[in-house]
Amino acid sequence: MNWQRICSESDLPTEFGVAALVDGHTVAVFRTAADEVYALGNVDPFSGAGVISRGIVGDRDGEPTVSSPMHKQAFSLRSGQCLDDPETRLPTYPVRRRAETIEIATS
Amino acid sequence: MNRTLVVIGHGMVGHRLVEEVRERDPERHWRIVVLGEEPIPAYDRVGLSAYMTEAAAEELVLSGQEVHRDERVRLCTGVGAERVDPQASTVLTTDGESIHYDALVLATGSRPFVPPVEGAELPGCHVYRTLDDLDGIRAASETGAEGVVVGGGLLGLEAADALRELGMRPHVVELAPRLMPVQVDEGGGAVLGRLVGELGIEVHTGAAVDSVHKGPHGGVSAVSLTDGTVIYTDLLVFSAGIRPRDELAESAGLERGQRGGYLVDNGCRTGQPGVWAIGECAAVDGRCHGLVAPGYQMASAVADQLTGRGDTEFGGADEATKLKLVGVDVASFGDAHGRSDGALEVTYANNAAGTYAKLVLDDDASTLLGGVLVGDAETYNTLRPLVGKPLPAAPEQLLFPDAGGGGGTGALPDDATVCSCHNVSKADIAGVISSGRAEDVAAIKSCTKAGTGCGSCVPMLKGLLDEAGVVTSNALCEHFPRSRSELFEIVRATGVESFSELISRYGTGRGCDICKPAVASILAGLSDAHILDDEQATLQDTNDRFLANMQRNGTYSVVPRVPAGEITPDKLITLGQVATEFGLYTKITGGQRVDMFGARVEQLPEIWRRLVDAGFESGHAYGKALRTVKSCVGTDWCRFGVQDSVSMAVRLELRYRGLRAPHKIKAGVSGCARECAEARSKDFGVIATEKGWNLYVGGNGGFAPRHAGLLASDLDDERLVVLLDRFLMFYVRTAERLQRTAGWIESFDSGLEHVRAVVVDDVLGIASDLEEAMARHIADYTDEWAAVLGDGEKLSRFVSFVNAPEAPDPTIEFTEERGQIRPAPIDLPTPAARGREFSSEEVSA
Repeated sequence: MNWQRICSESDLPTEFGVAALVDGHTVAVFRTAADEVYALGNVDPFSGAGVISRGIVGDRDGEPTVSSPMHKQAFSLRSGQCLDDPETRLPTYPVRRRAETIEIATS
Repeated sequence: MNRTLVVIGHGMVGHRLVEEVRERDPERHWRIVVLGEEPIPAYDRVGLSAYMTEAAAEELVLSGQEVHRDERVRLCTGVGAERVDPQASTVLTTDGESIHYDALVLATGSRPFVPPVEGAELPGCHVYRTLDDLDGIRAASETGAEGVVVGGGLLGLEAADALRELGMRPHVVELAPRLMPVQVDEGGGAVLGRLVGELGIEVHTGAAVDSVHKGPHGGVSAVSLTDGTVIYTDLLVFSAGIRPRDELAESAGLERGQRGGYLVDNGCRTGQPGVWAIGECAAVDGRCHGLVAPGYQMASAVADQLTGRGDTEFGGADEATKLKLVGVDVASFGDAHGRSDGALEVTYANNAAGTYAKLVLDDDASTLLGGVLVGDAETYNTLRPLVGKPLPAAPEQLLFPDAGGGGGTGALPDDATVCSCHNVSKADIAGVISSGRAEDVAAIKSCTKAGTGCGSCVPMLKGLLDEAGVVTSNALCEHFPRSRSELFEIVRATGVESFSELISRYGTGRGCDICKPAVASILAGLSDAHILDDEQATLQDTNDRFLANMQRNGTYSVVPRVPAGEITPDKLITLGQVATEFGLYTKITGGQRVDMFGARVEQLPEIWRRLVDAGFESGHAYGKALRTVKSCVGTDWCRFGVQDSVSMAVRLELRYRGLRAPHKIKAGVSGCARECAEARSKDFGVIATEKGWNLYVGGNGGFAPRHAGLLASDLDDERLVVLLDRFLMFYVRTAERLQRTAGWIESFDSGLEHVRAVVVDDVLGIASDLEEAMARHIADYTDEWAAVLGDGEKLSRFVSFVNAPEAPDPTIEFTEERGQIRPAPIDLPTPAARGREFSSEEVSA
């Protein structure tokens, strides 16, 4: 695993997302109310725009979600699965916290 | 096939005929020529009295105005028919034009009856039928002076009430021993007389006008009644009944009924082939009908025949009446006088409360034949459809349903007519409810037209929904079992200051893209905190989060505020320079501003630093907030302007800027009635009059365009601002999420009337509270962008990538078109469905 430092924990407020550039991939990193951190692909598959990190973080039936700011489809933060379209899924990236920083791995 | 239908008369019934023929003739076989004597198209004559008090002819506009834009419909206003030549099938107009017809429909209506008394032709004598008549009465009215209305029927009482509203002291003279003798019996008449007297209208029953006296000025000076009373007055209104307009009978070779009117059969056919008569001028089997509902039925029957839908006949008239005189309810339906053989009467009179109710039953008291209600006509809506049907409950239960059991919509048989304006039965409405096509009153209205006429059946529509067990959930989303307006009240009352606190106390889970922005808007409306402060930032939709409008490729557009569309050349140059420097696409918006597209997130602060330095501020194009107040140039420059619309628009835009609302708010101010600012298509529109401003509310463009309705007229500047403060704050507090002003107004049972009662008349006593809330908003306003530029933490979020703040997003690419940038087409990685329209729950619905 090739872990890269993305930002410090304080750069990522609770229930918020930020975009990161990792080896040419655009990644959306989120932190939930339960203080879990997730990383998904930043490109909205429905529009092709790099906007997922700017979506609203919340939950649907208990599943932590982000909704695309483009046309509001919800995606599971855990799996990247689009909850409004079973055919669509965002890529997910391994993420961890080390010494108050957030790191993402690319393979 | 190409045929010409000529309609003589453009009143409510003539208009309805045109509308119905157009609707049933999709192949457009019929070309229609309509002659109307009045200078304007048909209007809501039933609502005529409202014109007297609210002073706006627009309020009386009928639905179906689109037929006038139809090139196959030619409406000739100010033109009557001189004669008809049935041999040649032509109509000669008063303009001297000869028009050939394949079908001719006479809808000439009635003229007011003026009794043959001496002096009835003097200046000062008026009738009460057209807008012109009412203009004449208003011009002649004098505050505090006596006025006399001859005729104590339905229309006479409306005329008297109108004189009262004009500040006069009205007298009503009625030959019969009671008011409304046609509709009301003796007992009801006694209660009615007393209630009308309490309104300040002096009633003279059992009396007629003996003579009208001429004064030294040549006009009316006094009226003598047959009972010896003399009333000194300059103003006399004859409202003593109507007579059918049938003067084309001779030339057309048509027979008249015994009491006048064109004699027609049940299909409204005259003796001449291809000639029909409908409405008040038609004597159906010898009998004329003076109400609009039977006229509409006739129009519908003839439209069916003309469009090959068979020989539909006029089904007989429902002469039921409900009078809406301020404070006094009167209703009469069916055999109100108990004239049927063996009819039995059940009567309740409460002299203390001033109410009277009578039901007429058949000889074995099992079938309802008719009734009279005075003082309280609440039960009219459930009783009227029961006429001719077995009584579903004991009479007293029907009259006093609140006292237990019986009444309500449940008692109605399926074939009962609920909406008599559009002839919609209970079964029709139950059908759209049970099929799931209608889950609320608004949907019933659009599916069936029920409730869109006089509106009196709206409470029954609600009853039918309740009866069908339709529980309309007002939950905002899965996280809150409350509506936006309820959450607003909760936040206001409890002082909850954050989303986290609100959802932990009043909701479940962690929220979503529906409830978070809605709560953010509520919090913004109740505090002066910046919308990007702390947790607030996480609640915002992307547009609010970056204070710009996201476009299809993830870039943003920037719209600085240009109040009222007024901008100096220097500022325009600044906009051009900024756009050039950052390579932005520019376009003029519909709201009279400049939109600059293609800005990357990381460019926004720099762009705004330039704009703020040049004196611009946020235009809130990204927010559910006041957008623009569009204006025309007004008196400063325009030859036709009557008020300074630009100054007013600037004042209003600066007053309400930054106001967060359930949806966007657009506004307009026009300097004269030509309405160049298109103010009536706005949430609030202000239109100049000679005396001040008319205020319209509830308009919008978009998917379901609406014209704004008149809230108040001839306001001075200060009163206009006060009413707008109240209106907007009332909307912000009580509307639902994403409900524009139009839908919000419609959500009240009595629609605009309710809003007027609260905003103008302050019936809830909340006006000062609303004004104070608006004053706080105005005092707390700060420019959101200037605040961000001075706040390092907020600025730190305007980066492309948290680990590469300056690196442009590689997914953003532009090409060029017509000399400007545009987003490069994107090859989508997933060929999946786009947008929400394909979500599973909606496909299955």
